[in-house]
Amino acid sequence: MSEKIKVLIAKPGLDGHDRGAKVVARAFRDAGFEVIYTGLRQTPEQIVNAAIEEDVDAIGVSILSGAHNHCFSEIMNLLKHNSIDDIMVFGGGIIPDDDVAYLKSIGVAEVFGPGTPTDDTVKFVKANVRKGNE
Amino acid sequence: MNLEKMKESFNKWKSDYNKKKDASKLRQKKFMSVSSYEPEPLYTPLDLQDFDYFEKLGIPGDYPFTRGVHNTLYRERLWTMRQFAGFGTAKQSNERYKYLLKNGQTGLSVAFHLPTLMGLDSDNPLSRGEIGKDGVAIDTLADMETLFDGIPLDKVSTSMTINAPAAILLAMYIAVAKKHGVAPEKLSGTIQNDILKEYIAQKTFIFPPEPSIKLIVDTIEYCSKHLPAWNTISISGYHIREAGATALQELAFTLIDGRTYVEAAIARGLDVNEFAPRLSFFFNSHNDFFEEVAKFRAARRIWAKLMKEKFGASSQRAQLMRFHTQTAGCSLTANQIENNIVRVTIQALAAVMGGTQSLHTNSMDEALALPTEKAVRIALRTQQIIANESGAANVIDPLGGSYYVEKLTDEMERGVMDYFDRIDRMGGVLSAIDKGFFQSEISDAAFRHQREIEKNERIVVGVNSYCDGNGEKGGGDILKIDEKVEREQVAALTALKKKRDNDKVKSSLERLKNDARSGANVMYALIDCVEAYASLGEMCDVFREVYGVYEEPPMF
Repeated sequence: MSEKIKVLIAKPGLDGHDRGAKVVARAFRDAGFEVIYTGLRQTPEQIVNAAIEEDVDAIGVSILSGAHNHCFSEIMNLLKHNSIDDIMVFGGGIIPDDDVAYLKSIGVAEVFGPGTPTDDTVKFVKANVRKGNE
Repeated sequence: MNLEKMKESFNKWKSDYNKKKDASKLRQKKFMSVSSYEPEPLYTPLDLQDFDYFEKLGIPGDYPFTRGVHNTLYRERLWTMRQFAGFGTAKQSNERYKYLLKNGQTGLSVAFHLPTLMGLDSDNPLSRGEIGKDGVAIDTLADMETLFDGIPLDKVSTSMTINAPAAILLAMYIAVAKKHGVAPEKLSGTIQNDILKEYIAQKTFIFPPEPSIKLIVDTIEYCSKHLPAWNTISISGYHIREAGATALQELAFTLIDGRTYVEAAIARGLDVNEFAPRLSFFFNSHNDFFEEVAKFRAARRIWAKLMKEKFGASSQRAQLMRFHTQTAGCSLTANQIENNIVRVTIQALAAVMGGTQSLHTNSMDEALALPTEKAVRIALRTQQIIANESGAANVIDPLGGSYYVEKLTDEMERGVMDYFDRIDRMGGVLSAIDKGFFQSEISDAAFRHQREIEKNERIVVGVNSYCDGNGEKGGGDILKIDEKVEREQVAALTALKKKRDNDKVKSSLERLKNDARSGANVMYALIDCVEAYASLGEMCDVFREVYGVYEEPPMF
């Protein structure tokens, strides 16, 4: 891959806990990715529109408010609705194990909980991006 | 003390130490605090040569209050054990409060769900998926009536973590008390009401900074007339620290926020000796025990000097800083969650050694979800063990006079003054927010901290070390919010909006708009609105229309 991988770091939900999103955004930038950060409180529509406009390879969704099931499923539906299958969606935040299983079942590639080294997230995205959603 | 002898033996020790250091005999290359501060290996009387006891410390209960705000401290009364709680519907939270009070908790602390914090009703599309998730859903006075049902508001003090719409929740609390037959002057408690740290760190802002500060001064003015026992603001470093700041940054940014509020209240014409005694503070307590104790002690000293020297506060009550402490949520690990009980114990002990007035201890499972009842009970018991078994509450400021702690307290003070100078040169807090100064200081520190963990320069037990494959992953019971809560809350609000006297709602909101436009104190109109069962979202919409909304430029 010669071109830089482009990642949208997105912050849906009403919470303002942006520490994780910002740390991960910096880690991607340091690893040579092109990173766009949406800022706080983006609706699923805004996130998917931004991803399409910016033609990103992946969307990293950070959410700590508890509204993850709602936000992720909206994002996945909107991607499907727009017939987009080449944008990988991954996430992080305070997300219980049971919900992680659900999120994976709707097509979220991976969920990185508290304590995940940023290198793991970066490596995962590098290895799995541009493969198309199954 | 023979200083010559001290110097001689210190120099000998230092040369022995350096030999070992140079021969790489030390365990680590760098020894640093949670905040990446590198302390000396040894502190001695040489570090405190010009130390003036009365200038630096004073007697507990006397200026500059370094040793504490009371002359008896915990021998007369323990700190207030106040666990932050709230989830689901008002009815569910009411049950949790009654449970906590029955178990020996001595004050309430209300967590509101995000739509309430953001001034949105539960039926707003933006609230979907958020109802009751990380706090209790409050839309109207009806919810507040349920929340405090059967709780004696003249006996229990209530802290409410609410910021942008704080004036509205205060109005609701006053209205509930009235229905209980409790007069406003009998009410004790706190509204967080600290908007500056929202722009800096926590990010639950709604309106732009200037009208937000105006709303805060409205509450200060109103309470100084009608609610003399109410803490009008809880100037908070907690969230600044959680966002990634160091201990020093937490302290400096909080104190300069406090200074900004005092300036605004004085500009309104309020008397510093009257309003300042009701200002309170809220700090974080992290793992580095000594750094935290020094931070708490320095906080009191700096504030007292500021109030006396800069603002001319002459009463002691106006000079002394009272604060609440919460243990550091960001220190909790999702791996091996039981270890968090130990972290919380160290942090809570630091808060007690630092002379806190009230304390929340986090529950071990909060890196996974809201806490279960069992986890909350252990957290509360942790405080009770410190209070009754450890002996820590027997002696006032037991670490006072420690060479290390005094030196660190001095360094905290100096560091705060340096930050004050930098921020003042930028034109003050609002201008520094505008320039993204705080935000970038904090995200730099957060990133550095994360890299230190990843490069193994910083050990976190169960995360990057001592992972034995047993119980790394949380597991066990966690608290789940039933999706049914959302449907019920929205249905109740819809029914209430039909049932209430909508003409009265309309006219009270009209009055609110007029008062907001004219610059009058809005508290009186807000009490009218809440008593007419106008919703939080409706009142905030009026403010959004008059004041505008704030948007943060995304940066990382």
